[in-house]
Amino acid sequence: MLSIETNETKKGMGIHARRILAYVVLILVSFLCLFWFYVLFVNATRSHGELTKGFTPIPSTYLLKNWQGVMAGTLPIVRGMFNSLFVALCSAALCTYFSTMTAYAIHVYDFKIKKFMFTFIMAVMTIPTQVTALGFLQLVSDMKLEDNFIPLIVPAIAAPVTFFYMKQYMESALPLSLVEAARIDGSGEFRTFNTIVVPLMKPAIAVQAIFTFVSSWNNYFTPALILHNDKMKTLPILIAQLRSADFLKFDMGQVYVTIAFSIFPVIVVYLILSKFIVQGVAMGSVKG
Amino acid sequence: MKKKVLSALLTTAMLASMLVGCGSSNDAPAAASSEAAPAASTEAAASTEVAAEPAAEEGKVLNIYAWNEEFKSRLIAHYPGYEEVDGTTGKIGDVTVKWNITPSNDNAYQNNLDANLLKQADAAADDKIDMFLIEADYALKYVDTDYTMPIADLGITDADLANQYQYTKDIVTDSKGVLKGVSWQGCPGVLIYSRDVAKEVLGSDDPAEVQKAVADWDTFTATAETMKKAGYFMTSSANDTYRVYSNNVSGKWVQDGKIVVDDNIMKWVEDSKKMVDAKETNTYDLWSDDWSKGFYPDGKVFCYFGPAWFVDFSMAADTDGSIANAGKWGATEGPQGFFWGGTWVCAAQGTDNASLVKDIILKMTTDTDIMTDIVKDDNDFVNNVPAMEAMAADTSYASKVLGGQNPLAMYCAGAEKIDLSNLSAYDQGCNESFQNAMKNYFEGKTDLDGALDLFYKAVEEKYPELTH
Amino acid sequence: MAKVKRGKVVSYNKWGYIFLIPFIVVYLIFQLVPLFRTFYYSFFENYRSGLTQIGPNFVGLQNFITIFKNPDIWIYTENTLIMWIMGFIPQIIVSLVLGAWFSDPSLRLKGQRFFKTVIYLPNLIMAAAFAMLFFTLFSEGGPINEILMQLGWISEPYKFLSNEWSTRSLVAFMNFLMWFGNTTILLMAGMMGIDTSLFEAAEVDGATSTQVFFKITLPLLRPILIYVMITSLIGGLQMFDVPQILTNGTGDPMRSTMTLIMYLNKHLFSKNYGMGGALSVILFIITGLLSLVVFKFSNKKD
Repeated sequence: MLSIETNETKKGMGIHARRILAYVVLILVSFLCLFWFYVLFVNATRSHGELTKGFTPIPSTYLLKNWQGVMAGTLPIVRGMFNSLFVALCSAALCTYFSTMTAYAIHVYDFKIKKFMFTFIMAVMTIPTQVTALGFLQLVSDMKLEDNFIPLIVPAIAAPVTFFYMKQYMESALPLSLVEAARIDGSGEFRTFNTIVVPLMKPAIAVQAIFTFVSSWNNYFTPALILHNDKMKTLPILIAQLRSADFLKFDMGQVYVTIAFSIFPVIVVYLILSKFIVQGVAMGSVKG
Repeated sequence: MKKKVLSALLTTAMLASMLVGCGSSNDAPAAASSEAAPAASTEAAASTEVAAEPAAEEGKVLNIYAWNEEFKSRLIAHYPGYEEVDGTTGKIGDVTVKWNITPSNDNAYQNNLDANLLKQADAAADDKIDMFLIEADYALKYVDTDYTMPIADLGITDADLANQYQYTKDIVTDSKGVLKGVSWQGCPGVLIYSRDVAKEVLGSDDPAEVQKAVADWDTFTATAETMKKAGYFMTSSANDTYRVYSNNVSGKWVQDGKIVVDDNIMKWVEDSKKMVDAKETNTYDLWSDDWSKGFYPDGKVFCYFGPAWFVDFSMAADTDGSIANAGKWGATEGPQGFFWGGTWVCAAQGTDNASLVKDIILKMTTDTDIMTDIVKDDNDFVNNVPAMEAMAADTSYASKVLGGQNPLAMYCAGAEKIDLSNLSAYDQGCNESFQNAMKNYFEGKTDLDGALDLFYKAVEEKYPELTH
Repeated sequence: MAKVKRGKVVSYNKWGYIFLIPFIVVYLIFQLVPLFRTFYYSFFENYRSGLTQIGPNFVGLQNFITIFKNPDIWIYTENTLIMWIMGFIPQIIVSLVLGAWFSDPSLRLKGQRFFKTVIYLPNLIMAAAFAMLFFTLFSEGGPINEILMQLGWISEPYKFLSNEWSTRSLVAFMNFLMWFGNTTILLMAGMMGIDTSLFEAAEVDGATSTQVFFKITLPLLRPILIYVMITSLIGGLQMFDVPQILTNGTGDPMRSTMTLIMYLNKHLFSKNYGMGGALSVILFIITGLLSLVVFKFSNKKD
């Protein structure tokens, strides 16, 4: 202990000074991250009349009233929440399951176009989705799938980034001998995949499921071009509509409540799963 | 071997899909549009037959497309038998009314309506649009198509509509002289001023006295200077006066496929730039939170411009502490006459609820009792000449928001004078882009030419067929 | 025995194709076909005027000529890159510093779990809601102006969204906030993976922590840094939600915050598929080139 102390004092800056600096910066950065959400929370609890009088850091008592106001309005945000939830859950499920399957195909089997496929998938990883948006829109309208969740969910099956993560994870977590053993036990390939590989991949699947869920939940570009019917709209589209204020007849309290409604559920889920998520990001880096 | 087969398969699949993609994209739009028209007209025939039948044969869902809640709130309050279920649904008898509300910013409402009208022929009966609302700014775009149903086809006669202001019919009459929409309101605008500020700065809040200070644009700008010295903004935003100038133009926005900026609109730019530079007004977007701050005394705004619906529907009359809530606004004619908005109800070709649509239109736009109630309850200006003139003379009618003033005579006079011969189908996109572009000029981010270029650019992005 | 096994393996390998089917089918239908159709569209005049469809008429390269005759495309590219860089530089610096602190055992920082949780939080927030929130907070009569005025720092409201650099800074700042937590955790994990004996050796040689950081940590982190840079660049080129909602699609002031994708969105929104297609092709090429440059750059030094 003593030796470490003396060792450290020799360095450019004293350990205590560095530690204090670190704490100061961390607190500052945390403040930057949290401040906005605090203001949002406070303003969501204040009436429009109070909001016009200026900002105060103390929450008021109008949260429920603002919420009731939003519910009485025309913006179907609860419906939007369920739409978003449905799309995000389905995307996450399809994306992780099929990306695992794709990765499994490349990882375990040895076939002719394997190398080509791997290079191909890596190459298309960088194509922005917006570039294909136009053709995608036309396709969707030809297939009569506008105002439908299918074009938002099914494409998740082909997700190069998730594939890449799964492939990396398999390299360290899925010994080929395990697959061999299953074969000797007479398990079919598809059954082996479902009963042995998928359970083994659980940690990676969970992490990617969360990421896919979040990016689908937050997606604005594609849904805004495909969903026109209020019944089908997802939350981000409804949030963007808040800009036309005649919607809420200028009740800023209601605007803040609506934004809060779309943010806080995610924060709560995140806080419950935070350890898991932070680890998952780190995991991706070591392997990626 | 396998490799070859598979790669061959892959290439064929890719080629095939490319061809399919190309082929269908080539034919699809043309086919769709040529199909749509006959389908629509046959259905029109069908629906006129239906109109004569009892309502029991009709669809159980009435789909109404709108960009805000105004018409909805009118139906809730005044249509007999309308029950509100929740924010976006209601019931009339056993018919469910579905409101499809998309805000009008950035052409979003029109784009949504277009997409659904184009699909109208293929839509299931309960998903077909039955009624949709349009504004004067783009009325022509819809009126001149087969997607709107002639009002006569609903069984509504000219005699039914005899009491309406002529201009409300002119706007929605197509190039063949067929009436395609009906409105329950008239939208002549007035200048709405804060009585407290008028008393303090001008010495009187009497409409006739205030009118002297805003009689034309020169006195208006002079008063703005006085207001500034007294610590008040003349208007909340430069955009407030925009309609007043743009309604008094000498030509259309688009002439022969070219965008034309009228002299009177350039005068708005000139006058507004001076006012913004002198800090006599601001550059807020209309309908933004900042703009609406003047609805409260702390906003320190002297006046707004607006028609009857604006006074009651938009000025926060039901919020404590607002000027409207205290009845502290007054109304006077202002520098020039203008109109703002107005909502027309159209029946969509292919509706499966024709007789209900007909009944709603008749009740809301021709029934004198209901319309008188609308004036009394909501201070709207309704589209019924005799009723409005009777009420204008009625000393017992008073607008609470306007501190007991009866502004109807002013509206009546304005409504007779409205001339809408310079409307074009591009008005909304042009007006919106013009104000957005000029905001940059007012704020000193660019010079006038730069702002005009930005305007042309934005309009041409919205309407690729136009040039300047 | 060995021969039998090999035979078996070959028969198993057809499953490789089978398991690839979902990916290939979905990719073909929803990505590749749309990509080619987009390219195909770029050669046509094809838009909707009101409720009337114009085109598609084959116009060759006319759409591309129209786009390149106008300097706008370069302005929007520049805007996009400027706003990306303004967010990326602080992002990488802060992330490196925080990552170094988190992974430095001698600092023994308390509450690491809390701080990591907090800095990652903004990454999960819906960009649309985040932008909407900033729009209301930074409007002329919004809370930020009120707070600054209460503090006496400014005497009249500052028009954050009416000035080129303040608007760009807001966009960059939001991107920074949303991504620095993610980058920090990535870099931290990378730093943890570095062989500790290297640090010990450096310590014995009497290197300061700054020297250790620049001479050992940074060079060893290069692969991860490059990964971060590529993903961030691609994300940056796709910048849309934040500036779109913050400026209500106008890219004001004077389109100084208009990004490439916002411009594309304008054409898609007014159903101008010809120009939209041409723009998509250009975007595809720009992205491809930039990715290639970064890949080449990173491979050369390895």
